[in-house]
Order: sequence, then structure tokens, then C-alpha cells
Amino acid sequence: MGKVKTIARRSFLIGSAAIAGGVAFGVWRYKTPYANPLLGGLAEGEAALTPYVKIDAQGVTLITPRADKGQGVYHVQAALIAEELDIDLSAIKVDPGPPDKAYWNGALAAEAAEFSVPAAGAVQNGTEHVLGAVMKFIGLQITGGSSSVADGFDKLRAAGASARETLKLAASERLNVSVDRLRTENGKVIAPDGSEVAYTELAEAVAKLEPVRDVALRSPEQWRYIGKPMQRIDIVAKSTGTQGYGIDAAVEGMVHATVLLNPAQGGGIESFDASAAEAMRGVKAVVPITGGVGVVADNTWRAFQAAEAVEAVWSEARMPATMDDHWGALSAAFNADQQDSRQRDDGDVEAAMAGADVHEAEFRAPYLAHAPLEPINAIVRVDEDAVEVWTGTQIPRFVQANIEKITGITADKVTVHVLMMGGSFGHRLEDDVVRQATEIAMQMRGTPVKLTYKREQDMTHDYTRQIALARARGTVKNGRVESYDLGIAMPSVTVSQMGRQGLSMPGPDSQIVAGAWEQPFAVPNLRVTGYRAGQLAPISSWRSVGASSNGFFYNAGLEELIEKAGADPLEERLRLCSDPVARKVLEAVGEMSGWSGSSMGEGRGRGVAFTRSFGVPCAEVVEVTNTEDGIRIDKVYVAADVGRVVDPVNFENQVQGGVVFGLGHAMNCEITYVGGVAEQENFDSFEGMRLAQCPEIVVRGLENGDKVLGIGEPPVPPAAPALAAAIYAATGVRLLEMPFSKYVDFA
Amino acid sequence: MQLTVNGTRHEVDVEGDMPLLWVLRDELGITGVKYGCGIAACGACTVHINGEAVRSCQVAAEDVDGDVVTIEGLGTPDAMHAVQAAWAAEQVAQCGYCQSGQMMQAAALLSQNASPTDEEIYDAMNGNLCRCGTYPRIKAAVKAAAKAMEG
Repeated sequence: MGKVKTIARRSFLIGSAAIAGGVAFGVWRYKTPYANPLLGGLAEGEAALTPYVKIDAQGVTLITPRADKGQGVYHVQAALIAEELDIDLSAIKVDPGPPDKAYWNGALAAEAAEFSVPAAGAVQNGTEHVLGAVMKFIGLQITGGSSSVADGFDKLRAAGASARETLKLAASERLNVSVDRLRTENGKVIAPDGSEVAYTELAEAVAKLEPVRDVALRSPEQWRYIGKPMQRIDIVAKSTGTQGYGIDAAVEGMVHATVLLNPAQGGGIESFDASAAEAMRGVKAVVPITGGVGVVADNTWRAFQAAEAVEAVWSEARMPATMDDHWGALSAAFNADQQDSRQRDDGDVEAAMAGADVHEAEFRAPYLAHAPLEPINAIVRVDEDAVEVWTGTQIPRFVQANIEKITGITADKVTVHVLMMGGSFGHRLEDDVVRQATEIAMQMRGTPVKLTYKREQDMTHDYTRQIALARARGTVKNGRVESYDLGIAMPSVTVSQMGRQGLSMPGPDSQIVAGAWEQPFAVPNLRVTGYRAGQLAPISSWRSVGASSNGFFYNAGLEELIEKAGADPLEERLRLCSDPVARKVLEAVGEMSGWSGSSMGEGRGRGVAFTRSFGVPCAEVVEVTNTEDGIRIDKVYVAADVGRVVDPVNFENQVQGGVVFGLGHAMNCEITYVGGVAEQENFDSFEGMRLAQCPEIVVRGLENGDKVLGIGEPPVPPAAPALAAAIYAATGVRLLEMPFSKYVDFA
Repeated sequence: MQLTVNGTRHEVDVEGDMPLLWVLRDELGITGVKYGCGIAACGACTVHINGEAVRSCQVAAEDVDGDVVTIEGLGTPDAMHAVQAAWAAEQVAQCGYCQSGQMMQAAALLSQNASPTDEEIYDAMNGNLCRCGTYPRIKAAVKAAAKAMEG
């Protein structure tokens, strides 16, 4: 980092686009570019400079194609554009924009590509672009994989710079002053004599110009926003109860609906009797939908009450009968036929273990609900030849495609308004709620139907985090870890999730071994093997996806070997560390915590863990005390390297939140299915961490990496293993299975 | 029946057992108060009745025995309550969905106890769930608000 970058046509801007400012990115160069998605919706007098910046007489609107579910991505994206556009952050309107193929997510494609090419890396050999092209073809406008910052860091600044220079060009003609004598400040172009013209006044003129493309991006020394604490653009609204979320949206003439679904996830409905429900006050209709019934009333609570009164006969669940059956399917998957990948096979594990004293352990990670605090919801109105949707979603293009399948109304006639989300953690990568609202709305055309899930329906019909089982083996020699063989079995989350979108995903699933196979530790003999179990409960991406279970497995397995070797957990990780950026992260967390071994005196202990996920190396040290009331987590230290910390405040908040998320679920959360029915329905039985349990969390962001990366997910995977190691140090209880509350109490 | 919310008197025609939460949200369009769990396990629906923090999902409309204050009545973007100002200054919110309830809980605490100890803050705030994990900032904001209200 730190070099001034030029927007090269050959890198990610193409030379010309359909209109002034129609700017396309990356691999579009060798395919027909998509048209600028903003052009269709532009009124007379508006100019679209790039897919990211819209300017009209009212002001500047940043079109931010990534959904905001609390991670502050509207804010961060706005700051990236504002950095080059010279406009005050507070003067900017934010609009998530229309769903469009033009917003394909290149960073997610790069993450996928990384897996299929060994260590050398995807970028050098061009694989990133090949897979990127595939993703672009599918038109994956997805928010996920901590990819928004990575994807947008250059693109958004370039959009801002291109917009600025084109505005100057327009102002040059207006003021009759050469461009090089003009400067920009606070939404205006200013001439040397002090005369100025607002961006808004230039909107029409700019529309007629070719965009200026070869612009040098500003160097870090010139940055006004990036790297400095900023006030989040939504912070006042979110501090005063005035932020509107999907669940707060209201559309003229709308009715309130809820769903009653087969208690067994994915099961169908045979028949139902709604006579009692239909007689209740305010109830307008009870209609069949896929897997259940939709209940429509004039008030959400009345719909909830009426849904309870519906008598339904449900089909059999399509899931194993007991949790033992789920675990059994994972145990049985450790065989050659079900081997999914072996991307890491250094040295010779089998030879190293032959005749040696082999240490073995088995680890488990349960199903988990996403459970964002805002229950899922959507408003859908189906007209004769068009559909309008208001919802918080991470997958607006899938939403359009699925509505087309249900209604027969083509996707281009489906308008999706993406609304602010009260959390997601991956939950809103699914769109059942929109499909169900559409099915209900089909049966009352012209009426906007607002579907709100009851919490119990939401939690029991979540597509949960994968269940996973790991088997670790290894040997030590001369006080060092000599061999480590880790096998991980789980169903494919990618197949389950994409299958619901009608996509088949060929080849191995990187998520089965993510957070394990690519870790930067040079154990002389090291093997990581993924085994694919068949589909059990339907599953989906849960904050940090495969790494959420595998970060625990990899660290916990390594931890046992380090102990067997008699080595120090941090020192041995540092000795084995094969990557300089990761090493600095480990050194930092050691220095921050004053690491002096696992022991902290009677009843106390500390543990360390490290996971590199989504490209971000992240190390955590957890300190605990074994009190009379149970384990108390005293303090957590976190160091992570994202290449460039865009906003230190948001960075710290995301890291702290990720740690709380990782610790809280490891402490006491699981979803268990009996006959396909989730046993946990609400926050009384799926609790996570409470405020009084929250430790002080000290955060340091490092900037040694050469890529700018996102921080939403990487703090999650190391939290559980660091906690397990700390509890072991304090109590001698070795924790092999989450949640840990099965084996220890928490204060 | 009649309800006074944020100083305004409303006539509502609802069942006596409809929770206050839904009267506020769906009948009166006051949406700062949030639905999270419906069983008093998350605190997102916290409002004040007679100055006491209560879970509006558990209070039947017919049992409302005093003036109701929601987050909108606590303060506004132009005239923030000390608790809201502290929440903004500390940049507590991530998704922000639980924060209305968190702030109402904190405001009730501070109105009764101007300088709570850490333990008293934990006791008062422990029923308010935050899935994003903003607890470190919530603790800081409660303390900052206490300090501001003192001065």
C-alpha cells in the first residue's frame, strides 16, 4: 500500500461505456459490458457518472451496492467515494441502488478462486479473472464473505475520482478556466478567482461528457477520511430510534401477515383447518403457501394470534430422526469415497506417524441459528404485470429471479427496495420470506402484503450454521509439533445454500476446510482433508461460514499437540508461522496481553488462538477466572491485519462484536433437531452472551498486508478455541465440543 | 381505550390483551419500539410507563396504568436526551435494532440512580440482548451519560 495508483483502463475500468460515465470494471473488458444500471431510472436533468455516483439538482447520491446489516458498510463505502469526490460525508445521500449484474462481487469470486489454485495465489496466474467472469455471468450481487471493503476499496475511490475530474471538466467549460487551475471542495468546483459552481448545478452538463478515466488516486498522506475516526453516517438515526428497518416499512394499503410453517424444517403441509382463525378479529385471509399457511390480518399481533389457531396436518420431516443420526452421518463420512478435498499435504504424515506415539482427538461444532434481532420480514405487492418488494436482503438479484419463477412476471418488472437490516450474520442470504410473501400476495393482487415472522418461526426455520465433526491426529518430537493430520466432515453449505437458488455447485467445497487448510503454520508433516457428508438439516452461511467451526478444530487440535510437546502455545505458533504478516499479528497479541504462558495463577488461565479467514490473519488471547459462579471471561486481546483500516472506530466495533459473537455461541448456543424440529425457539434457550458476561476487549489493527480486506467475519473463528484453551489452563477441563456450557458453567 | 404516548393522548380500539408493543407499532405507527422475541427475553421493546422501564411485549393494553414514553419521546435527533447523545458519541450502534430498548433501559436506570456502579449497570442492562455484540460500547455510553447528566 501507499503507492499512488493510476486508474488504468486495463486494470478495472474499461475504455468506454454506453453513456458519459458508464464505467465498467475488471473482466468486463473481454465480455460485453453490462449497461450502466442507473441509466434506466434517470430522470431528465440527472447524470449518472458511474454505477456508484449519481448527481442531480438535489445533491449527490452514493449508490452503494452492498447491503447494510449493521456492519457499517453504507458508511464505509460512502467514505471511500467521498475521499476522492471532495464532498462532506454528512451531505451525502445513500441509496442501495437497483439490483443489477453490474454490481457483481469480484472479491467473493477471488475468495472462491483462491481455493482451486495451490499456494501460489490466484491473482498471479489470472484464475481470479476466470472465476470472476463466471460470477459476473451469474450476476452475483451478494453481500458476504467480508468482501465489501476488499471489492470496493479501489473501485469506489476510482468512481469518486472519475466523478470529480469529470465535474471539473464540465466546470471548466462553464467558467472558462482550464481544468488544471480548478480545485474541488465540499461539493463545489472552485476557480482561482473564488468563483464556484456546485456539483448539483453541473449535473446536466456532465451527462453530455465522456468521463475522465485516467486519474491518479490520492496517496494516503492526502486522505481526509480513510484511516481516521469518523462518525458513522447512520449513528444519529440509530441513537434516536429514527432509523427505519424493513420491519418498520409501511406501504399505502398494506395488510399484515405471518406464516405458520411445518414445525419440521422443510416439511410440507397435507391439509389445514382455518375456521377458528378466520373468525378472529381482524383476520382477512388464511391461505396455503409452500410448507404451511399464510395468515393475513390488519395487525401483526392479530396475525400471530390467528396463526396459533390454525389446525394443520403436516407431512413427515425429511431429516434424520435424532441428533445421534446427524452425528452418525458425519462419523460415517470419514472414508475415501466421501473425501471432498485434500488441498494441504505437506511432508509425509503417514510416515511421520508410523511407529510413533500418535495423539488423537475428536471435536464437534453444533448447528447454530443466525438469529439477528430483527425477525425476518418483507413487503410484497403483486400487480397484474409487475411486482414491488421492500425488504432487507443480501441477494436482491436472486429475489428477482425467484419472484419471476413464482409469479411468471419477468425479473425486469420486479422492483426491489433494499432496506436497512437489523442484523443478519448471513440470515438474509436466504429469501424464503420474500417467496412466501409473494405467494400470499399472489392470492390478493394489488394489496401490499407485509409478512413478519414470529421469533419462534424465525429461529426454528432458520437455515442453520453447519454441524461439523473433526478428527485430529499428530505426533511430537524434541519438544516440537512434528505431524498434524486434520480431517473435517460436514455437509456442503455451498451446495445446500445455492441449491435453494436452483444452482448446482460442482467440485469440492472450500468451506468444508476453510479456516484450516490454508493456515500459515509449517508443521513439517501437515495434512488437511475435507469429507463431505450428505445433506442433513438444510444449512446456510453463518458469520465466517466454514471457518466458524474449523477455526476451533484447527486450533484445538494443534493446542493438544503443543501441550504434548511441552511447548508454549504462543511460542510454538510463532515458531511454526510461515507468513510474515501473520507472525506480526501473533507477536502483537502476545505483546498486548503480556503473554507469559497459559498459567495465570490459581483458578486463572489464558489461551491463544489464530485463524486466517477471508485473507485476514487474526489472533486472540482470552483470559478467564474460575469463580464460584462459574467461568468468568475477564479480558480479550485481538490483533488483526486488514491491510488498511478504513475507519478505526468501525473496525474496533466490528472486531469487538465478532469476538462477542464467537464467544457467546461457543459458551451456550446450539440448535438441536428432533424429528426435524428445532428444539430451541427463542432467546431463552438460544441466548449467547449477555452484557454482564462481556469482557473488556482490546483491539489492534495492523496494516502490513498488501490487500485491503474486510473485518466483519475474521474475529469470529479464533474466539472459541482461545476460550477453550483459557478454560483448560484455569480448570484442567479439556473442551472438545461446543457449546462449552455442556461441560462447564459460566458466571 | 385511551393511551398517552410521548405526551399525546390516543384513542385506540383494540383487544384488552393486545400487547402494548403492537398497539404502539401497528395501531399508532410508533416504530422506534422494536419487536425482537415477544417473551421478554431480549429487551428490544423496552418503553417507560410512569418512568419505569418495562417490556412492552408483556404489558397488555388494558393494563397500561400511566403515561407511556418511547425512544421517540426520550429525545429527537435535534434535541437528544443525554443517553442518546452518549450513544451517538460512543458510536454504539452496529445494526442498531436493539439500541432503542438499550437506551430506554439505561435512561430509566440513570433517572433512578445518577451514578451507578458497574455492578448496578450490569444488573439493570443484563436483560437487553445485543446480537451484534456492542456491549463494550453500551457500558461506556451508560457511564458517559451518567457523567454528562451529573454535570
